[in-house]
Parts: sequence; structure tokens; C-alpha cells
Amino acid sequence: MAIHDRLQSIVDQNDVVLFMKGTPDFPQCGFSGQVVQILNYLGVKYEGVNCLENDEIRQGVKEFSNWPTLPQLYLKGEFVGGCDIVREMFQSGDLANALAEKGIAFKVPAGA
Amino acid sequence: MPMAAAEIERMIKRSLPDARVEITDLAGDDDHFAASVVSSAFAGKSKLQQHQLVYAALGGNMGAALHALQLTTSTPK
Repeated sequence: MAIHDRLQSIVDQNDVVLFMKGTPDFPQCGFSGQVVQILNYLGVKYEGVNCLENDEIRQGVKEFSNWPTLPQLYLKGEFVGGCDIVREMFQSGDLANALAEKGIAFKVPAGA
Repeated sequence: MPMAAAEIERMIKRSLPDARVEITDLAGDDDHFAASVVSSAFAGKSKLQQHQLVYAALGGNMGAALHALQLTTSTPK
């Protein structure tokens, strides 16, 4: 299966996918760790894909999204952005809005 | 070979001539930078598209010679 098709099936079969360095339990990069913290804070269920374990995925995902770095967050197959954009969206409330719009379950933080 | 701040600024301005670029070396190692880029070219574009414009300006260095760039983009006030 060509890498593009493989990536397409991963993002199609999981509502939320985070291509990252390391795993959700053991992020191995500060930026990946920041997105993991945001998703955990919001109680979002997501599929973490450790790109350090598979170089074909690590390079393939950059072409797939036309985005040169990791982490990369996908919501319902749509590429949302990397750490900077996800953090900005989280702080502005846009991330919660995007999750709600796409019917993805999350925990509304107390006092939010 | 890491990239120097001046090189990053030069590349961004070559693609976005009106850009105001502020670069901070986060770790003093020419490898971890924060950059804020203000340009009218971002008008009407999503954050994702704005960042993609900057990465395109960096011509493939992003994620290679340039390991980490914490990026904020905005249009002129």
C-alpha cells in the first residue's frame, strides 16, 4: 500500500490523529508534548502515531499535508496544524469549536 | 548545519518583501527560534496557510537545517 494511501486510511479511520515524535504517554519532543497536553486537558480520545518508529511515515506525512514538521494534528481527516496553530486555537477557543463542529467528544474545562 | 537568525529573516523577506520579522533565539544554539512575522500577504488567509507561506519562504530548511521555529503570524494593524 502506497504511503499516501496508508496515511489516508489512518486519518479516515480515526476521528483524531496526532502524528508525533514519541507516544502520548512518552512524548519525545517538546512540541509533540504540548499538543498531547492540550488534547489530554480537553479529554479528547486520539490516535497517536509515533513517527520516530517509522521513517516512511515520518517523511510521507510531511508531503501528505504539505507541512514540514511534526507534530501534525488531524480532525476527521482534515489537517489542522502543528504545535503553534493548535496552541493558538486552544487559547482562542477555536479548537473547542472545531471539535464541537465535527462532533468529536471533549470535556469542557471547568470555568471555561 | 543550523541556520542563523539573519539567514531566516533574509529568506522570509525575499518571499514576503513587506514582512516585519522579529526572531528570538530561544536556546542560543541557532537551532531553536521563535519568530513573529507581520505581512499583508497573510490577509484573508487561514493561520495554516499563513504558516505554510513562511515555511515555503524557508525553502525546505524547516524541519531540516532549522530544527524548531515557534511561529506567530499576523497582518499589519
